[in-house]
Amino acid sequence: MAVRELSYRDAIKEALFEEMRRDPNVFCIGEDIARFGGPMKVTEGLLQEFGEERVVDTPIAEAGFVGIGVGAAMTGLRPVVEVMYNDFLLLAMDQIINQAAKASYMFGGKCKMPIVVRTHAGAGRGNAAQHSQSLWMLFVHLPGVIVMAPSTPADAKGLLKSAIRADSPTLFFENKLIYGMKGPVPEGEHLVPIGKADIKRRGKDVTIVSTSRMTVFALGAAEKLAAEGIDVEIVDPRTLKPLDLDTVLESVRKTKRVVIVDEGCRTGGFTAEVAARIMDEALDYLDAPMARVATEDTPIPYCRKLELEAFPQERDIIAAVKKLA
Amino acid sequence: MSKSVNAVDGEAISDLNLTTEQLVEFYEKMYTIQRFDTETAKLYQQNLIQGAVHSYVGQEAVAVGACSALRQGDYISSTHRGHGHCLAKGLDPKRMLAEILGRRTGYCKGKGGSMHIADLDRGILGANGIVGGGIGVATGAAFTARYKKLDFVSLCFFGDGALHQGIFHECADMASLWKLPVIYLSEYNCFAEFTHSVKTFPHLNLEKRAEPYGFPGYRIDGNDVLLVYKTVKQAVDRARRGEGPALIVATCYRLEGHYIGDPLTYRTREETEEARTKEPVSAYRRRLLKNEIAGEEILWKIEAKVQKTIQEAIDFALSSPEPETDELFTDVYATPEIQTLLLKGKK
Ligand SMILES: Cc1ncc(C[n+]2csc(CCOP(=O)(O)OP(=O)(O)O)c2C)c(N)n1
Repeated sequence: MAVRELSYRDAIKEALFEEMRRDPNVFCIGEDIARFGGPMKVTEGLLQEFGEERVVDTPIAEAGFVGIGVGAAMTGLRPVVEVMYNDFLLLAMDQIINQAAKASYMFGGKCKMPIVVRTHAGAGRGNAAQHSQSLWMLFVHLPGVIVMAPSTPADAKGLLKSAIRADSPTLFFENKLIYGMKGPVPEGEHLVPIGKADIKRRGKDVTIVSTSRMTVFALGAAEKLAAEGIDVEIVDPRTLKPLDLDTVLESVRKTKRVVIVDEGCRTGGFTAEVAARIMDEALDYLDAPMARVATEDTPIPYCRKLELEAFPQERDIIAAVKKLA
Repeated sequence: MSKSVNAVDGEAISDLNLTTEQLVEFYEKMYTIQRFDTETAKLYQQNLIQGAVHSYVGQEAVAVGACSALRQGDYISSTHRGHGHCLAKGLDPKRMLAEILGRRTGYCKGKGGSMHIADLDRGILGANGIVGGGIGVATGAAFTARYKKLDFVSLCFFGDGALHQGIFHECADMASLWKLPVIYLSEYNCFAEFTHSVKTFPHLNLEKRAEPYGFPGYRIDGNDVLLVYKTVKQAVDRARRGEGPALIVATCYRLEGHYIGDPLTYRTREETEEARTKEPVSAYRRRLLKNEIAGEEILWKIEAKVQKTIQEAIDFALSSPEPETDELFTDVYATPEIQTLLLKGKK
């Protein structure tokens, strides 16, 4: 398979094009996604190729169009719903949690729910408290949904394609700060398995478990730490639920030290969950207490100076690793 | 019950029971909003403002007409495009701009920004980053008025986009059931982000959305400040008498992009220039002159004064300090004891 450099945005777009060409039941729906090509330009060009039937602009009615996606998925279509910011998922919570997530189970395994809800998370753009959250933990907490948060263009493409083909509801969290970031992406049939972590960097001294944009920061931190003689290994779960604990544990058993980094809030966050799982399975292997780097338990402030204090930066990861190494 | 109200023309101005001073003040306020958002856009383009700024230019008549029909103790809720509403309700341009620049002298200590300016003391329940986010809030304020038997009303500004949100329909239902003193004022500015609003509605008789809930709906020319004033005043008086809510759809045109920096690929220059001929601030200026309510000198003086005010606001904001780093943790809880627990839990 040929591999070329694509931006995170274009990798997601490519997945959408390929899946829509492959399966006529796949359609996209959301605000400003068709004529305007998406507020983040992820869906640009879809309308021209697939037409209004399959690339649907909606009014600003998240509960409504997510609900329509749920019903369409129950009846044989494969909707890819775009919710502009993950903060607006909150308007459609009932549709996702009470309707989509539980249908397979409640209906005794008779209901398929092949809906993907794409959205973006992340602070760092000065968008303040209602446009900067990272809310995946609300869904990781719930039985019945798949949750993804890719950190590279290749993972974004491969995971989205797998999500579209899955018969379970998937929350697909992009990050608003890395749409322009480039990386190698295989052409064509590139599928990343659901629930499979990836080792983004091999190392022996400390394991970093990181998600979404925090993996980008962790890679930057690793370079700087390497210059100081600290060799970190970076494990990115990619799918937050179901979590590939084996890959995490294997790394932790090797390095015996772990720093967990995530952009969600600290309390009850993804870092807490991963730490608890490591404690259950690998506490004996640890030579130092686990460290967590997460967003402070405050709303995201507007002022840039405070915003950069609120969520993890590369320097915070470096400091946490150094404390352990 | 829904109706279109005709423009207030020529002699009918006198029926409004407004003094010359008030009529001139309308102009001053509209001009202030126009200058404020024009200068804010410039600061944004100079990279002095982060995040997103949504300009109110082109819609000044709605905020000024509506807020002028309110009393000091009445409430408003606002939107992401809220600078005009806040200025019209009496906020200080200095502290507003400081907020937009993320300074601690701002209305929210720099932690809210352009989309979240609020001042409860001035009856502003907050601008809002969520489309329709202020609808519940304003309806709740009206609930308080009824509960405490106070005679304030609450006015809820939102765009046409928010008419699609379920919460509008749920609140309209309850507000009517309980005859809450709330006015739903939808600014039909022709756009929702990058889409012409006309493409988002099955039909455009939006004032009819009041009908099934059993309260009056009006559609008016939102470029006409006096007509906005007159219509809102009627609705406010009615609400204050305990007769329940109203829906007003004010038609106007968003002269700038969705946000400053919007490439505007989805509309033509001709369309915008056509809309600009009806631009409300200069239209009202011409009207004051034509009806001999104010002469050129008076208006020039006002304009000079406003320009000075805005310049002072810019200077104030730019010279204001940013918040201290540890202010990240203040005000998470309004309960001091719980706030203390938060800080204790931190380290
Ligand atoms: C619940 C929600 N969905 C989507 C958005 C993104 N968004 C911000 S402004 C906007 C358009 C709003 O249109 P309208 O209500 O007509 O107000 P206008 O911008 O025209 O003033 C959208 C879709 C949002 N902020 N909140």
